[in-house]
Amino acid sequence: MLKMQKLSKIYRTHQIETHALREFSLTVNEGEFVAVTGPSGSGKTTFLNVAGLLEEFEGGSYQLDGHDVRGLNDNQRSKLRNEKIGFIFQSFNLIPDLSLFDNVDLPLRYRRMPTSERQKRITDALTRVGLGSRMQHYPSELSGGQQQRAAIARALAGSPRFLLADEPTGNLDSQMARGVMELLEEINASGTTIIMVTHDPDLARRAQRNVHVLDGQVSDGLQLVAAA
Amino acid sequence: MIIYQLKMAWLNFKRAPALTALMVLAIGVGIGASMTSLQVFRAMSGNPIAWKSDRLFYVQIDSWGPGENASNSQAEREPPDQVSYRDAQMVMQAKQAKRQAAMFQTGFMLKSADPKFKPITSTARATYSDFFPMFDVPFAAGSGWTADDDERRSRVVVLSAALNEKVFGEVNSVGKSVFLDQVEFKVIGVLKRWQPRPKFYDLTNANFSDSEDMFVPYSYVVGAQMQPWGNNNCREGSGEGYAGYLASTCIWQQLWVELDRPLEQPRFLDFLNNFSLDQRKSGVTSWAPNNRLRNVSQWMEEVGIVPSDVQISAILSVGFLLVCLINTAGLMLAKSLSRSGEIGLKRALGASRATLFRQGLLDASLVAIAGALVGGVLTWLGLLAMRKLGDEEIQAVARLDPMALLLVLALALISTLLAALYPTWRASLIAPATQLKTN
Repeated sequence: MLKMQKLSKIYRTHQIETHALREFSLTVNEGEFVAVTGPSGSGKTTFLNVAGLLEEFEGGSYQLDGHDVRGLNDNQRSKLRNEKIGFIFQSFNLIPDLSLFDNVDLPLRYRRMPTSERQKRITDALTRVGLGSRMQHYPSELSGGQQQRAAIARALAGSPRFLLADEPTGNLDSQMARGVMELLEEINASGTTIIMVTHDPDLARRAQRNVHVLDGQVSDGLQLVAAA
Repeated sequence: MIIYQLKMAWLNFKRAPALTALMVLAIGVGIGASMTSLQVFRAMSGNPIAWKSDRLFYVQIDSWGPGENASNSQAEREPPDQVSYRDAQMVMQAKQAKRQAAMFQTGFMLKSADPKFKPITSTARATYSDFFPMFDVPFAAGSGWTADDDERRSRVVVLSAALNEKVFGEVNSVGKSVFLDQVEFKVIGVLKRWQPRPKFYDLTNANFSDSEDMFVPYSYVVGAQMQPWGNNNCREGSGEGYAGYLASTCIWQQLWVELDRPLEQPRFLDFLNNFSLDQRKSGVTSWAPNNRLRNVSQWMEEVGIVPSDVQISAILSVGFLLVCLINTAGLMLAKSLSRSGEIGLKRALGASRATLFRQGLLDASLVAIAGALVGGVLTWLGLLAMRKLGDEEIQAVARLDPMALLLVLALALISTLLAALYPTWRASLIAPATQLKTN
């Protein structure tokens, strides 16, 4: 379970303070598929970054799978991120001079997993997204949709409890986007909790729950009640 | 894990090849320039007998009086840098040290028993039997002579490896004869290659010249009334005939003693000073004792074995290396910032800052090794140029030895890692969230 209560996040420059999240409360239960929507600058991505332990927050509390993340040091946050969270980005973020196998291998290396287990997980993950025969290919040799699938395989290989997806279909045409969405639904069906930030209302409608963010807060009262 | 990290470092090395090449070149040029100068400095300032340097003492006895030391105008109270025959004999006969050896350079016309062998002029060191154990001189065959040989003026000779090869080829010549100025000498020892640089036991002649071709008993050479081939300074003329020369205050001999322990230095200096007081009491001299007893390091420092231009060059070269490293640090920073997206991604996938910092230093180590290769080649070329263009002393020491190669690698690694600290630390602080969205 992911639980944020009255969480605040402020970006500061020399002259300006921007409250990216304010009194942000949200609970995502295990196995849910939640779509986070909202206009640009509403705080969707900031929420995802804080949820993914990529950024710290100022006030409030955040519990990730039973761990209170406030006060954790960099090593502890990195370990938790590696074990509990998988990321999917809009621009795939594959490393161009590593093969798909090595790209998927990357998070497993940080977990110091034994070689045999790593190899099995990589093979399984790539096979699951339909790229079992392309393990030694490089990202530049694949289509956009295939690259996103490889990125999903990388996120899945570590068996995370949560998949955080930031506009996962934003760089894909509609056919490829549909394929990726179907894959995410299939992953969710097998028990992985997914939180997806999207601008696309059609995609949001396919999620089990929609959370609308506005001015750094969850704006839909119904969702707040439901989450609580 | 280390193999994987090395693989990642290699991938990073291959990325942005122009930047990488510039980094390697900057380190290589810095290392090459600095090591060329430092190697010459090291060779000149190195102590060739460091393991017992603190027990070997060079003796200086003031037989000239205050202000008479023309060879050392900057330190008028400094006694002459060599001793007279008379003073050398006093120390030799007193036998107050564990070992003692007076010595000077001379030379012979050498012939072998083989009539086809053309006579050659060879340098020789006239010395005492203690010379060999005192300076740990290595023998390939045979040994040095004995104290008895010193007493009996024996016609025995120890050949250097090079002279033995020239006269006898590869054969062990111990027991054979050579003719020195037409007098038959028996070969009793052949040295292994022995070229202490600087030639610490005689720093009053060419400091970096080769060791002598052969070694013969001092007593024989003096008995044969032979002249020294090295420096000879006389304050009041050299006396009548050879006997007058020996009785004069001319300085032409080096005098070394080995003491059991470094702490015995004051005791032996007292002995020298008491001798000088006796000389004063008996009217031979008119000045207070002014003697010195310096160990090898102290004596090399006193002589100023490293020319000032070599010292300045070494300091400047370190400054140049520093400039190269600052450039390298800038290039490393540029390269790591150009990889911000990848670093952010790795953070998102679970790499801690410490993990990325360690990987960054490993990346820098590969650059350092490549820089060391370039630096090693440039050092070799630099030393080659110094051998061709430098003066005689530099030509003698400008060589690339295994220790210098190790130093090249160590200097490249240490300096590159130092240069990499800031860029690597900066890279590990990259905020992943910003980079991932930007990407």
